[in-house]
Amino acid sequence: MARPETNPDPAPPFLEVRSLTKYYPITKGFRRRVTGLVKAVDDVSFSIREGETMGLVGESGCGKTTTARCVLRALEPTGGQILFQTADSGTVDLAPLSRRELRPLRRQMQMIFQDPFGSLNPRMNLFDIVGEPLLVNGMPNRKERQERVAELLGLVGLRPEYMQRFPHAFSGGQRQRIGIARALALNPRLVVADEPVSALDVSVQAQVLNLLLELQERLGLTYLFVAHDLSVVKHICDHVAVMYVGKLVETADTKTLFYSPKHPYTASLLSAVPIPDPRLRSEGIELSGEVPSPANPPPGCYFHPRCAYAIDVCKTQSPLLRQVSPGHFVSCHRAGELPLQGIVT
Amino acid sequence: MGNKTDKEGAMVTLEGGGEPLLSVRNLKVHFPMDEGRVRAVDGVSFDVQPGQVVGIVGESGCGKSVTMKAILRIVEPPGRIVEGQIMYHSRASGEAGTSKVRGTIDLVGLAPNGKEMRDIRGAEIALIPQEPMAAFSPVHTVGNQVIEAIRLHRDLSKSAARQLAVDTFRDVGISMPEQRIDSYSWQMSGGLRQRAMIAMALAANPRLLIADEPTTAIDVTTQAQILRLLRKLRFEYNSAIIFITHDLGVIAQMADYVVVMYLGKVMAQGPVDDLFHNPLHPYTQALLRSIPSVQSAPRVKLPTISGSIPHAFNRPKGCPFHPRCTSFMPGVCDRDEPELKAVDGRQLVSCFLFRDTPEVANGQA
Repeated sequence: MARPETNPDPAPPFLEVRSLTKYYPITKGFRRRVTGLVKAVDDVSFSIREGETMGLVGESGCGKTTTARCVLRALEPTGGQILFQTADSGTVDLAPLSRRELRPLRRQMQMIFQDPFGSLNPRMNLFDIVGEPLLVNGMPNRKERQERVAELLGLVGLRPEYMQRFPHAFSGGQRQRIGIARALALNPRLVVADEPVSALDVSVQAQVLNLLLELQERLGLTYLFVAHDLSVVKHICDHVAVMYVGKLVETADTKTLFYSPKHPYTASLLSAVPIPDPRLRSEGIELSGEVPSPANPPPGCYFHPRCAYAIDVCKTQSPLLRQVSPGHFVSCHRAGELPLQGIVT
Repeated sequence: MGNKTDKEGAMVTLEGGGEPLLSVRNLKVHFPMDEGRVRAVDGVSFDVQPGQVVGIVGESGCGKSVTMKAILRIVEPPGRIVEGQIMYHSRASGEAGTSKVRGTIDLVGLAPNGKEMRDIRGAEIALIPQEPMAAFSPVHTVGNQVIEAIRLHRDLSKSAARQLAVDTFRDVGISMPEQRIDSYSWQMSGGLRQRAMIAMALAANPRLLIADEPTTAIDVTTQAQILRLLRKLRFEYNSAIIFITHDLGVIAQMADYVVVMYLGKVMAQGPVDDLFHNPLHPYTQALLRSIPSVQSAPRVKLPTISGSIPHAFNRPKGCPFHPRCTSFMPGVCDRDEPELKAVDGRQLVSCFLFRDTPEVANGQA
């Protein structure tokens, strides 16, 4: 990548992902011969500073969830580095670590899941759900656990008296709060939130977004926030990375990305967001065709068949991620020369 | 049946002139359950003018989908329409159309599986369902399913129906329609399936399309394509559309007239511009404030609606929104249910803040 090995920045990034790849083999026949690869995540690099929020956006199948899960090592990455600044032992590359080596680091990174109905065991009460990570990580004393669970429930705005209740007694928004309490049980430093509000009703969504912002301020959390809803991402993220068919196409701070996108895909994504104001009706950018399959991507730039600005070089050569202004990386042959529009105000 | 005067005298037709295509009056759909009676739709009234896009917006459990099912008379048991009218004004006798139904009919009076209702369903009022994956049968080709729908309502030969299906596929922007018509739904992408579903709904040339969250299961760029398509088809086919969604952005972009529902009741309704720029009902106001927009300032605390949507069995007494309302008036809102009233001559609002004469309400605004 463009960045030099020795980082001149005095504070190294909290989390730096370098050339992360995750391939799935396509097998055929009885002997399961490998006939191809699905490049779910293909050479993705980004970094997050401590206490900030990085948004990963893209359409379904673009690899955003796979990337997030690889960062947590919930999935085995095929290649690349995941440099994580641990609390005590400096920077560690998570990618090659074994399960045993990962064990002590796990408590520093936790996950909030998308579906508040599928991610809580219906047979466990809140004490068991929120207390399980504590039990597994060395807090065998029931009394202590009870105190900590009560504290956590209070933190996410639930009454400690609910501890004996089961998930079915709670609404979607409350369940998401339970999921957040469980993720925070071990005082993590990095929280990966995979579409944490997309299953919630509009009136409840705002409550959970506010809670996430508030917790970040109070506990100094760093978020990796996976979402497809750009309005939510704009609201909560400091930096945004846009993915398309497994590749990172653009990354910048939120304001730059939303107001002056440099990749045609980002611009069309932004123009497709329905603005809740009938006076701002727009036809947006017509994006024809479909997202290609990562098993059989087009040659050259993956976006060229749908791109209005594609030229010959786009059809043959895959563009590299390059820096167009400090902190703004774009993977487009024509970055900077296109008349792209961000969101209208 | 004819033109019955409604019991609710207050319900005024605000869109001047012309007869509405569909008028729903005081519709109540209840589900008697072991645990109690769920009042899924409880006194809903609204009109759809010919060629108009009416957006029904609301959160889960507000009864928007049940209202749609009641109009199509496909409410699943034990649900039952217990009260109200659904007046459908079909084509005049001279007009061409695929259904034989003529004149004004109260759909509530028809047998759900009777000949007349089956004649209306699909031919006059068609549905674009939410999940196109679940709506198509995986063991028949998409084409055969569309052809079957066409031949149910039109007296056409198989080859003529096929040709019509191919033409409709082309209309909805499916490339290579001659080949695609013989594929199965699982061979298509989400956007393509939704287009095929729209083609199926349009094939019998209905006058009213009901789109039940047609874009919730698909990505934003595909959603933009589908919305653009619906906007275009609305003019080409001159169909009215009832657009059901929870997404206020989609409503703002699509609808002419908006109905806001909460727990089985209409909270407010009015032209889209009034509703978004001069929301009167506290629920509409709160809803609009609480959505993050790409245009709003980042990382500020969003104003929220406190609490959560009550469970259908514990419906609050009085105005269903009162436990979460910032303008709650003790002794008023928790005692009686407010009625839907015309407020500023354009919007209808169901709230005790506007129980006085419209002049006073105007003075406040």
